[in-house]
Amino acid sequence: MKQKRNLSHIGREVAIIAATVFVALLIGGIFVFIAGRNPLSAYAALLKGAFGSWYSLGETLVYATPLILTGLAIALAYRCNLFNIGAEGQLIVGMIAAAWIGTWAGIPPVLHAVLVLMGAMLAGGIWGGIAGVLKAKTGAHEVINTIMLNYLALYFSHYLVTKPLIAPPGTSPMTRTIAGGAMFPQFVQWFFPHSYSRLNMGLFVALLACLAVYLLLWKTTLGYEIRAVGFNQEAARYGGMKVSRTIILAMAFSGALAGLGGATVVQGVQHKFFDLFGFPGYGFDGIAVALIGRNHPIGIIFGAILFGALYNGAQQMQSVSNIPKEIIGVVQGTIILFVAVESAFRWLILPRYRKAKAAKEAGKIGSAA
Amino acid sequence: MPASNQPVLEMRGIVKRFPDVLANAGIDFALAKGEIHALLGENGSGKTTLMKILYGLFTLDQGGIYINGSSVKINGPRDAISRGIGMVHQHFMLIPPFTVVENIVLGIEPRRGLALDRAKAREEVLRVSEKFGLYVDPDARVENISLGMQQRVEILKALFRQAEVLILDEPTAVLTPQEVTELASILRKLAEGGKSIIFITHKLREVMAMADRVTVLRRGEKVGTMTRSETSIEQLASMMVGREVELTMHKEPSTPGAEILRLEGVCALNKRRLPALKNVSLTVRAGEILGIAGVEGNGQSELVEVVTGMRAPTSGSIFLEGRRINGLSPREVHSLGVAHVPEDRQRRGLVLDFTVAENMVLTDYAFKPFAKGISQDWSEVRGYARNLIQEYDVRVPGEDTSTISLSGGNQQKVVVARALAGGPRLLVVAQPTRGLDIGAIEYVHRRILAERNRGAAVLLISLELDELMSLVDRIAVMYEGEIAGIFDQAAVTESRLGLLMAGGGARVGGQTG
Repeated sequence: MKQKRNLSHIGREVAIIAATVFVALLIGGIFVFIAGRNPLSAYAALLKGAFGSWYSLGETLVYATPLILTGLAIALAYRCNLFNIGAEGQLIVGMIAAAWIGTWAGIPPVLHAVLVLMGAMLAGGIWGGIAGVLKAKTGAHEVINTIMLNYLALYFSHYLVTKPLIAPPGTSPMTRTIAGGAMFPQFVQWFFPHSYSRLNMGLFVALLACLAVYLLLWKTTLGYEIRAVGFNQEAARYGGMKVSRTIILAMAFSGALAGLGGATVVQGVQHKFFDLFGFPGYGFDGIAVALIGRNHPIGIIFGAILFGALYNGAQQMQSVSNIPKEIIGVVQGTIILFVAVESAFRWLILPRYRKAKAAKEAGKIGSAA
Repeated sequence: MPASNQPVLEMRGIVKRFPDVLANAGIDFALAKGEIHALLGENGSGKTTLMKILYGLFTLDQGGIYINGSSVKINGPRDAISRGIGMVHQHFMLIPPFTVVENIVLGIEPRRGLALDRAKAREEVLRVSEKFGLYVDPDARVENISLGMQQRVEILKALFRQAEVLILDEPTAVLTPQEVTELASILRKLAEGGKSIIFITHKLREVMAMADRVTVLRRGEKVGTMTRSETSIEQLASMMVGREVELTMHKEPSTPGAEILRLEGVCALNKRRLPALKNVSLTVRAGEILGIAGVEGNGQSELVEVVTGMRAPTSGSIFLEGRRINGLSPREVHSLGVAHVPEDRQRRGLVLDFTVAENMVLTDYAFKPFAKGISQDWSEVRGYARNLIQEYDVRVPGEDTSTISLSGGNQQKVVVARALAGGPRLLVVAQPTRGLDIGAIEYVHRRILAERNRGAAVLLISLELDELMSLVDRIAVMYEGEIAGIFDQAAVTESRLGLLMAGGGARVGGQTG
């Protein structure tokens, strides 16, 4: 009974998301057409660029990896009714921490990689935790604080990479390359010798994090607390929970996940920290990923792959068929817009949903009589 | 009584279907000019739906509405008002910082140029108020007047819009007994002046006290229309429920044991940091029920919170079985054997988005056997929930059902089951039957009495004097944060309590057991 209901529920969600993406692609296609290109061939190029070869698939997953982690970060906070706009900043401090710890000498290989991961999570966790403490203790809204913390992280990283952590001889703003033992191996070429994708073990770290978040939310007492506080703080307090502690922990864990996302970029792809000229964008795209993934770890994996594919495919599309990749920005924007106005969308495409909701309200009205 | 044979208002064969439920299954309803007509029924019987159709808030699926014999279509409250129908909602639609006059004229205010013509508005309001003998302070801000006065403002608002038919939705829910009496005489006066009045209620005694006729609804159908003089409380109750009901609880005399709860000079602030409890002292012993009567907002909520650890007192002491529990957290208080049925099950008592199983352990999830280290043992939780669902007769497909889909009565059963399951030493129960129908009320009352007979100390806070009088052994009245008196249940009358609830009379040093 429960199984059946859940399945139909999941089916409905998937149908809504698929419809959303489809309509967004359609609208993007109109823009391609206006730009004087053939939408079908553009999308063919996009698809080929995203999934057309082992290399393309690998690169798509390279982009998806940090998005999975920032998506998880936002979802975890959201389950506690917190809107973590600060995944961006938490990711940056994670990158910096990873780049710094990665250059420590004399640590055995695998241990070093793990140490880097944990350092990045700690940094991101503190960054998120600050917003959590401010929210829990003063009621200051996490959206405002995390936005400010984003800028703090950005400029702080700028300082670190241009002064104390700059790689000798100090002419270009980047850190030293991290130790080989701290890197995530890039493994695609082990199986496909001529596919030099940068896909690395970070993907598995991200997938493990999905499992961990799933277990945290639904199999632990802390997860129960996070969800209870997220749905109804008053009831959580009634149930004997320490609401402040739960909020702080949720923000800290959220930040740690984003920080971990930063670590995967440094350990798996860049192997150092380059000075940022602006926000890398993983944290903000993570919001969309979490939205599309319905704040569920499984959904987030697919959401991240979708956004990874759009990003990677767009680059290929631009170089192959000479269509500006900004068109894909339009598609992405449309998807986000549609998912964000999800309720309106449901209203339009699912009249049954409208009826069910009316029934529910009628029931409430009836019982209030 | 009917002044002529032509009903001033008639609803014929009203059908209203919601996707899941037939809310009105062909209801006929006729209102005579100058009568007070009660619309009686349990939750979900369709009485509010019927009136919302009349007031234009719902559209009807079938049937017709006739005013003075001619068919009318009512497409919204504006239509209803223009046809002389006014409604006083259960939750008042007033703007607290506005004055009485401003609230009454809102929307149809006399203007001078673009501005409100205050003098004229005031004058017009006073004229209507005098005409109907409904006296109000025209310049008081609504936030500063009592609920009884606010209701009077609502009635005036309708009369100001020339209402001939007045609908009142559960008008006595927020009133003290004295205010109820006052309301009854106001309604009588209005009826004598030719207005026709419908009031929605589920309280039988009010029907007998106030109505000329009563129409009883059950599950969307009309059971019948009776003249008051030809019916009885017992008959109305069985019409309403569809079976014989026990209206009074059979209660063994109490055999109080050791003192469980003692409050000594407890003071506390409310949410807005204003004094809410002023020097409250009381005791509750094992095997007795102490009731707290009072009009809403006189410190009862804060009393409950202070006892259950949800609010820290600013001074005074709270002892549980001799142990001072000031400043303990809700969880610590709970683990000392205090169970709490909160006044608002939806806002505080339940996480509505959780499953029934998840809610069943809301206060105990962190303890064995539900928690093992950091992990939550869901098979334990679900097994436990299944047992409670069965034992407390919660009507639900299964423990994994979302709590939001349960009826109010079943939601309350979840809250009560959770609170009673551990066999508490002290049971703090606030508004346990608010919004429940007779069957569920009966059930909850029996459970509370069973706890008392088992030897638990029970602190029962209720706005319903009937409920208190039928359950408690002793009763305290709270007024403006103070205990205005404590009495043995048998030694006090409702009118005495009502007087104290309204702040009447000097402080009474009643006997404390």
